[in-house]
Amino acid sequence: MPSISRDEVAHLARLARLAVTDDELDLFAGQLDVILQSVSAVGDIATADIPPTSHAVPLTNVFREDVVRPSLGQAKTLAGAPAAEDGRFRVPRILGEEA
Amino acid sequence: MTSVADLMDYDEVVARFDPMLGLEVHVELHTKTKMFCGCANEFGGEPNTHVCPVCLAAPGALPVVNGVAVESAIRIGLALNCEIAEWCRFARKNYFYPDMPKNFQTSQYDEPIAFNGYLDVTLDDGEIFRVEIERAHMEEDTGKSLHVGGATGRIHGADHSLLDYNRAGVPLIEIVTKMIPGTAERAPEVARAYVSALRDLLKALDVSDVRMDQGSLRCDANVSLSPKDSGVLGTRTETKNVNSLRSVERAVRFEMTRQAAILAEGGEIVQETRHFEEASGTTRAGRRKETAEDYRYFPEPDLVPIAPSREWVEELRLTLPEMPAERRKRIKAEWSLTDAELRDLVNADAIDLVAATVEAGATSVEARSWWVSYLMQQANTRGVELGALPITPAQVAKVVALVNEGALTNKLAREVVIGVLDGEGEPEQVVEARGLKVVSDDGALEKAVDEALAAQPDVADKIRDGKVAAAGAIVGAVMKATKGQADAKRVRELVIARCS
Repeated sequence: MPSISRDEVAHLARLARLAVTDDELDLFAGQLDVILQSVSAVGDIATADIPPTSHAVPLTNVFREDVVRPSLGQAKTLAGAPAAEDGRFRVPRILGEEA
Repeated sequence: MTSVADLMDYDEVVARFDPMLGLEVHVELHTKTKMFCGCANEFGGEPNTHVCPVCLAAPGALPVVNGVAVESAIRIGLALNCEIAEWCRFARKNYFYPDMPKNFQTSQYDEPIAFNGYLDVTLDDGEIFRVEIERAHMEEDTGKSLHVGGATGRIHGADHSLLDYNRAGVPLIEIVTKMIPGTAERAPEVARAYVSALRDLLKALDVSDVRMDQGSLRCDANVSLSPKDSGVLGTRTETKNVNSLRSVERAVRFEMTRQAAILAEGGEIVQETRHFEEASGTTRAGRRKETAEDYRYFPEPDLVPIAPSREWVEELRLTLPEMPAERRKRIKAEWSLTDAELRDLVNADAIDLVAATVEAGATSVEARSWWVSYLMQQANTRGVELGALPITPAQVAKVVALVNEGALTNKLAREVVIGVLDGEGEPEQVVEARGLKVVSDDGALEKAVDEALAAQPDVADKIRDGKVAAAGAIVGAVMKATKGQADAKRVRELVIARCS
């Protein structure tokens, strides 16, 4: 029983806006299955006395003072934009015609 | 488009159905900087001028949490009688939409900083209704989109969109109620009263500008109906774009009448996001989502967990101000107000203004009469909120003082107030510039009195015969001759003195 189905891979690809062909779905489903199986080995040694880890450093409450620091400025902000208009990022139509 | 025929009469709705409410309020904190970076948190400004590599999610940029925003979140939680998490994390909410340049919003998922609280809400008749709070969590606001090429500036039919990220990353607290049952015919009123009470609370905490018109306080209203006493939960809709207290009430009421009409004909409610249309007071369907939402939340690796110590939480509890409901109770007693008078003040959003005017020297009666009657009229005429009128409580108190000194009559005082509202300066400057001083020069007044008596000899005779009440006609004539700039009391004294 593979740990990830072809349909799940297709769903993830859609969520990530990746155009994946049928052949690629077969290929990636197999590869991802190998990766997930390998990682799941961690689950075999995890016991009740080992809490799940989401952060590599044992720190909490790292806060910043509420003090304004210089921003980039409009020109620099937009410098890397593929398109800009009126000081704003210009993006293609968001909804398709059918919406 | 929903036509009137598609709606059920409201009385019939509440006779046949039980409404269930759920309210989500987003409030922007008015910290100096954004949630995760040092960019200024300011409304407006030239587009994309409060933006840095962190807001833009440039490679290698790392967010750091604004400590004041966390404090504010905890204080909001405490004021809402919530438990404060001992340990919680941020999470990434992944989605593709250009309002966030990161392609995710940093939020909290299953570990909100505050949870399980309540807010007691006072309804119009004084009844207290308890609204249970599910959670309050920290997140960041999104950028602002401008849709170009469509007929109405809407996303539908737009040719392209323009993005300003000044608002992206502004600290946002999302406050979510539990489902609110048992409101029956008062559901729209409860919804409005809840948002109103929450707004007052946030204002008292001084954590936000709470300007619904500017979007610093936003409400999404979830409404569903179930057949009366069936206990079966109906399908809900979520109405967004509700930008005023009045709209909250209208939106809930509209959804109830719309859903009831569909259910009564055996139809099904579509679970969807709807948008409130301010002009028509209706809601319209938003975009249908072709697939279920799948945000793939996961713990934010770039931000360490937050573990507020109990000592810190208790310190913050000590900073909580007097809560609005208690304050109202105290003010009601101090100013000897009736329920109706207090309600007028609350509805006019005038308590702070009146209190500040009292602090500046007026009595509460004088201050109230200015704010809830004359100034309220002016606010309505000018189409602004009372608090947005360009007159300060100190200026109102000054006008009151001038009246009490006898320097202004009530009529002149109103003219002075108009002058202040029209930007002519301080009350004294308006008096000077418009020549509104009470004519207190007895010589000038006596002359006017003599003229009035001479013009109405029969009235003068009556007064001489001891019919003092007749003096009113002469006083009126003098006031008219002096264009209202005389002190009527003084004029009356002079009339009687002249005729005795």
